Amino acid sequence: MNTMNLTLKIWRQPNAKAKGEMKTYKISGINDHMSFLEMLDVLNEDLQKKGEDPVVFDHDCREGICGACSLVINGRPHGPQQTTTCQLHMRSFKDGDTIYIEPWRAKAFPVIKDLMVDRSAFDRIQHSGGYVSVNTGSAQDANNLPIGKEIADEAFNSATCIGCGACVAACKNASAMLFVSAKISQLAMLPQGQAERKRRAESMVAQMDAEGFGACTNTGACSAECPKEISMSNIAMMNREYLGAKLTSEAV
Amino acid sequence: MILDSKIPAGPLAEKWEKHKFNLKLVNPANKRKYDILIVGSGLAGASAAASLAELGYNVKVFTYHDSPRRAHSIAAQGGINAAKNYQNDGDSIHRLFYDTIKGGDYRAREGNVYRLAQVSVDIIDQCVAQGVPFAREYGGLLSNRSFGGAQVSRTFYARGQTGQQLLLGAYSAMNRQISTGKVKLYTRCEMLDLVVSDGKAKGIITRNLVTGAIESHAGHAVLLCTGGYGNVFYLSTNAMMCNVTATWRAHKRGALFGNPSFTQIHPTCIPVSGDYQSKLTLMSESLRNDGRVWVPKKVGDNRLPTEIPEEERDYFLERKYPSFGNLVPRDVASRNAKYACDEGRGVGATKLAVYLDFADAIKRDTEAVVAAKYGNLFDMYQQITGENPYKTPMRIYPAVHYTMGGLWVDYNLMTTVPGCYALGEANFSDHGANRLGASALMQGLADGYFVIPFTLGDYLATTGAGKLSTDTPEFKEALSGVQQRISKLLTMKGEKTVDELHRKLGLTMWDYCGMSRTAEGLNKAKGIISEIKKEFETNVKVLGANEEMNQSLEKALRLADFIELGALMVQDALDRNESCGGHFREEYQTPDGEALRDDENFAYVAAWEYSGDNQAPVMHKEVLQFENVKLTQRSYK
Repeated sequence: MNTMNLTLKIWRQPNAKAKGEMKTYKISGINDHMSFLEMLDVLNEDLQKKGEDPVVFDHDCREGICGACSLVINGRPHGPQQTTTCQLHMRSFKDGDTIYIEPWRAKAFPVIKDLMVDRSAFDRIQHSGGYVSVNTGSAQDANNLPIGKEIADEAFNSATCIGCGACVAACKNASAMLFVSAKISQLAMLPQGQAERKRRAESMVAQMDAEGFGACTNTGACSAECPKEISMSNIAMMNREYLGAKLTSEAV
Repeated sequence: MILDSKIPAGPLAEKWEKHKFNLKLVNPANKRKYDILIVGSGLAGASAAASLAELGYNVKVFTYHDSPRRAHSIAAQGGINAAKNYQNDGDSIHRLFYDTIKGGDYRAREGNVYRLAQVSVDIIDQCVAQGVPFAREYGGLLSNRSFGGAQVSRTFYARGQTGQQLLLGAYSAMNRQISTGKVKLYTRCEMLDLVVSDGKAKGIITRNLVTGAIESHAGHAVLLCTGGYGNVFYLSTNAMMCNVTATWRAHKRGALFGNPSFTQIHPTCIPVSGDYQSKLTLMSESLRNDGRVWVPKKVGDNRLPTEIPEEERDYFLERKYPSFGNLVPRDVASRNAKYACDEGRGVGATKLAVYLDFADAIKRDTEAVVAAKYGNLFDMYQQITGENPYKTPMRIYPAVHYTMGGLWVDYNLMTTVPGCYALGEANFSDHGANRLGASALMQGLADGYFVIPFTLGDYLATTGAGKLSTDTPEFKEALSGVQQRISKLLTMKGEKTVDELHRKLGLTMWDYCGMSRTAEGLNKAKGIISEIKKEFETNVKVLGANEEMNQSLEKALRLADFIELGALMVQDALDRNESCGGHFREEYQTPDGEALRDDENFAYVAAWEYSGDNQAPVMHKEVLQFENVKLTQRSYK
């Protein structure tokens, strides 16, 4: 076990309207087995003991699946590893390092406090069409609908998105296309999603634009930083779905 | 108080069908006159919200998360059981029922468990129709696996992320209702009290976590879908925000709490590495299919595991349970790991771990085969510990995982407060003293999709769609109570942080009310918990204000309720003079050290009534009737 002393530069912003700034904190005796968030817990205990406001950040499951945690660490969403911040451990850093910690930066994700942002725009995009319309109780027997393993696996790959928003934070245009396309692709590939396929692509893209996310310029930063490795091919598929829908649909 | 479980009479297989017919219906045109409040947006809450809104009720959903998709159901790994018998391997509704009753060590209701097995088949159909990408075979049909020592393959799964996919399915169904306006969603909004008036649940008090606004919401019924309370132990596999506040507040308003001490300790978790530890990570128990559990024979053996020769290793599960070996149920595996560590034979820096060794499996099947089966788990282990499990054995230790106890509910899922329901892990009903693997997801969705849509209507049709108002003395009293709790915490300006006190509570619960319990230890715990309570009430430090995002305040409000719950759990464990499932009292064991049930005196549900601050709670018994299964001793020798 190694212990280290670090300098942390953390974005502090009391609320959405206040002007934020980077503040410097020294922290010592950090064990390399700690997770990054546990390191912040230690900082927060120290701050509280001193009577200073602890740093606010979103986090919950701490096992890489809920998608709550969201920090830009040294300029990269979720830090130096392609994983969630909660699964990043201090052994990725070394004694004497200075670490910059900032919130997701995007117009559509306003800061609530310190490192916590409002990602409700993602939910509103899902409300606009990220579902199959099937009431409880009206489903047929599950095995009446065979789905080839290859398609099922591909749909699953798209469905593993955890909605953390790292794709938006990584993109220079703050585009949400990786997030939106993962859901559109998942349902476009599956037979269950066919009836609403066009309508879904149109509605979700329209809502994405209304929320103020930027456009995609194919740099691929989103996929490179995605902790679940959602592929860029989803975006290509979404563009195809959207164009096809616009050319033929009478829906929206 | 007489507890009426409302289990319908008649043959087991016909109870639910008959009951559904006898339940009153709400006229389709009248459903829009009813407002339903749902607290929690996990599998139970989201599935209930979607289903009830589809029926035409007005639904409000409250979650303390920024999005309903963060609910901790998302973290379930293994799978979901259903008696589909797609594998033609002898499964049936009756067998799933029987396995669940037996696995729960005969401390669950036959009627509830049978219904759970019946509706399990509908859950899979519903989820597939929503587009949930379950694992499939090349022919396109659904794949199944055997899980948790079951003799049949009835578990449906989506890689190691079944909970995520099922939750996103329920979330999407709820989103559709949000888009129609039938569901109104309140995020970052935490329930802090239940409002009861004329003996019925009439609404809730919430705190907006961003602005601090304390608000009243009135409804014709309140559904608590708020999960379990494993975080009373501070360290558990639960997410950081999981808490007991919603159910505890309902308890203090008259809802009885069933079997609070029934806790599941999962044997295969990554061990604690230091005092800073914030949570424990579960590793799927499928690892025990190929991994061998051992510790050194010698006490205080500090050699590297690879340097300890075969004859100096103790494969204690294989030695003590030759027929089940490493695949004994969760409670047995956990307890034996604890014994090995208690004897001083634990491994790793903290000595609170045992080895789970894959060397034989790799030698037998090659590293590639092992990687294909467990690759993602091995990667996760390496990411957290920095050790390569292909080269050196994993270190594992048990951790708190699930709470079988919860609010007492009748067959309709209604608590003892009329109009207040509890669904999913928040209730006590289906798992008895021990839950089988892949059954938690099944229960959450069964309650939300297929039980509450029927049973809620009966209550609403009976009570009618009266006018709702938050301008009542009961709402005002509850609202000002919440404000007082908050201002007391913020003005105390003590010395101890919330986490310090929570850690102390957790350690006490783990030491005395965890894997193995004694009357002496439990009595000691009572004293420590009352000291913690006193210290919390006089010396806690909560900075900041109410009118802002204040995570310390959130945690303090939750800890206040955990402390009181801890005291009740200890009381319950002390009261139950037998061992059953996850509840192991050292005084009650067979000569071979196995759990010794006392069916004559303890085949009941202990339902506790709150009787005031610092007053002894009152226990009510619901005696369990077994008409269809014969009670036997579990044996894994």
